[in-house]
Amino acid sequence: MTLSRTERARAGGPVATTEVKAPPQGPRPSRRHRWDARWSPYAFITPFFVFFAAFGLFPLIYTGWASLHRVSLHNPTEMEWSGLHNYTRLLEDEFFWNALGNTFTIGVLSTVPQLLMALGLAHLLHARLRGSAFFRVALLTPYATSVAAATLVFAMLYGRDYGMVNWALELVGVGPVDWEGGSWSSQFAVSSIVIWRWTGYNALIYLAAMQAIPDDLYESAALDGASAWQRFVHVTVPSLRPTILFTVVVSTIGATQLFGEPLLFGGSQTGGGSHQYQTLGLYLYEQGWFSFHLGRAAAVAWAMFLILIVVGLVYWLIARRLSKSH
Amino acid sequence: MLPLQTRREISPRLRHLKRLSAATLSALLGATLLGACADDGGSGSAAGDSGGEGKTTVSVGVFGVFGYKQAGLYDEYERNHPDIRIKENATERNEDYYPALLNHLAAGSGLNDIQAVEVDNVNEMATLQADRLTDLKSAPGVRESDFLDWKWDQAKTKDGKVIGLGTDIGPMGVCYRKDHFKKAGLPTDRDKVGKLWAGDWEKYVETGERFMDKAPKGVSFMDGASGLYNASVSGYERKNYAPGGKLIYKKSQAVEESWDLAMRAVKGKTTARLKQFDTQWDQAYSNGAFATVVCPPWMLGYIKEKSGTKGADKWDVAPAPKPANWGGSFLSVPAKAKNRDEAVKLAAWLTAPEQQEKLFKKQASFPSSTKALESTGVRGARHAYFDNAPIGRIFSDAALEVPKAVLGPKDQIIKQYITDIGILQVEQQGKSPGQGWDAAVKKIDDAVED
Repeated sequence: MTLSRTERARAGGPVATTEVKAPPQGPRPSRRHRWDARWSPYAFITPFFVFFAAFGLFPLIYTGWASLHRVSLHNPTEMEWSGLHNYTRLLEDEFFWNALGNTFTIGVLSTVPQLLMALGLAHLLHARLRGSAFFRVALLTPYATSVAAATLVFAMLYGRDYGMVNWALELVGVGPVDWEGGSWSSQFAVSSIVIWRWTGYNALIYLAAMQAIPDDLYESAALDGASAWQRFVHVTVPSLRPTILFTVVVSTIGATQLFGEPLLFGGSQTGGGSHQYQTLGLYLYEQGWFSFHLGRAAAVAWAMFLILIVVGLVYWLIARRLSKSH
Repeated sequence: MLPLQTRREISPRLRHLKRLSAATLSALLGATLLGACADDGGSGSAAGDSGGEGKTTVSVGVFGVFGYKQAGLYDEYERNHPDIRIKENATERNEDYYPALLNHLAAGSGLNDIQAVEVDNVNEMATLQADRLTDLKSAPGVRESDFLDWKWDQAKTKDGKVIGLGTDIGPMGVCYRKDHFKKAGLPTDRDKVGKLWAGDWEKYVETGERFMDKAPKGVSFMDGASGLYNASVSGYERKNYAPGGKLIYKKSQAVEESWDLAMRAVKGKTTARLKQFDTQWDQAYSNGAFATVVCPPWMLGYIKEKSGTKGADKWDVAPAPKPANWGGSFLSVPAKAKNRDEAVKLAAWLTAPEQQEKLFKKQASFPSSTKALESTGVRGARHAYFDNAPIGRIFSDAALEVPKAVLGPKDQIIKQYITDIGILQVEQQGKSPGQGWDAAVKKIDDAVED
């Protein structure tokens, strides 16, 4: 709107706004100029939309289309219509439900401690301390490490026969654990890689948000006799609520798509002998790139997408209720 | 409102210029993007078409290390053919390479002029992709009699086309630690060791049981039951498929007997419960945690690297109970290859007996050419790390006896699920053999179902 008003103003029409004056006695702008002024904003934002359409929207829709077909990697261009078969199949597919369950438990095991620790770390860093820049950089280093490198190191640490974790356990008199072979132990191990990589990243986000909390809130709380813990619970945490919601959403998305860690942890798309840590991402990969059932893989991908939408809606409802209750 | 304020400060002309350039820029960006997308299908950067100055560039797509470059074979070919340039595009893992190859074949673009194919995939290619590949049976310079018959047949389609020329092979032997054998009271001389289990994998498992009675502390007889299963099942003519292409793995004698052997090995605690090519498997080499491992020639370098100096003078090689093959590759030429004729010539040359012999000398790739196998360079070869074992004789004897096996498109999936699900559940997770077998079958059924 503003633009078109400006436009009229410049074209010599009645000046409807005081914000922009027509150039005094300037030559009447050419048609091209007017055309340019009207359309160039669209041109500015076009690249994003072109990129988004090519690399975001099109793959999404095409995956959806493929999921309604029987497609083999041997002939990706020849698709045979199968309706909702790939989806009804998933409902009876024990491997899918297993993967969904694993994704959920690994997601909870990794996200909850990760965000709590991040909050604690951010709080520690928020206090004035010497060398804070160093600690902040140190926090971010795991995030900058590649998934592959980190996972391979963790896989060695959790080794059954020669792993350091088992060596330490034996020092305190606890028998060795077959980390990869057990179902809870392997999920714990995979979660710990995720925690290690992402805690620092979330801590920095919390830290940035904490620094935006006005000091007078703390001062008045202190004057009212609030202890450090009370100030943290009643001032810091409520002020961080939007940030916390953001990190929860982002971590949930990350957890749903978890792939590299479980793949490299056991070195196989099966996610362990009993699929004990096969996540949805890994199951998708197994169906598409090992069994060559691209249609099924596409259906798994869309199922993941729909699950995320549902989870997103739930978060939104929770957030709305929370903000109403306060 | 901020944009409006700033806009007021800029003179109209400048503003116009700025905006124009920005608009042009964004239009350009968009156009390049679309252009790049559209172009992707057509040219395919992987397949260089011409090397300038009238030279033809033949591209070779491989996975892992094929060693042609390292052995100087490309250089030699370029010297003899001044108008040819060779460019190799290597992908590290076949798990990534093969799906990409299938994609490129289906799209008919992005292909290299020569594409390597792993033996586990070659039947699938011959069954499902034959139309997209060149028949190399009677290509100039290719002689069927040069190749081992079983190797030649692996790349044969139903109607007699040959879609791949054999490169290396993997006839199996058994690598064993002499120090562990000695402590367990077993012979250490390779001929005597070979006699312990000659003719039957069951004798190998029995030897393992004897070994475990007096085994050094912390040492198992073999690395894992999967290696044993694979070696045993590969020694049969029919394992997963009947000659007509019918899936018979659930009832085949080969699978049943090999599975039972693997279960017996697990039950007798003769295995170190390791999964091959896992980090722990590597570590177990350097710790000397197992006394034997079934080894094709391509594994010797791996064993040497992982066992290191600690394992020097301790390893040796003995013949396997029954001859069987594990691994090896082929060179194929896609029907839509840009320089198809030149590619066929190069593929024929690279797989010819003389080149296979050179490749063995430089890169230890075991030849699939009978002529190369009989050459003194191959037959007389010894391996210093394995106490100068006559690996040339041991492996070429095995190679000549490998059965002409019936292969099928899903062999790899079946093998992997039987070992990585079925055997692993029993060996590492304490499930019963029945549970392990059922789990593997369920997974295989799910994967092979359309």
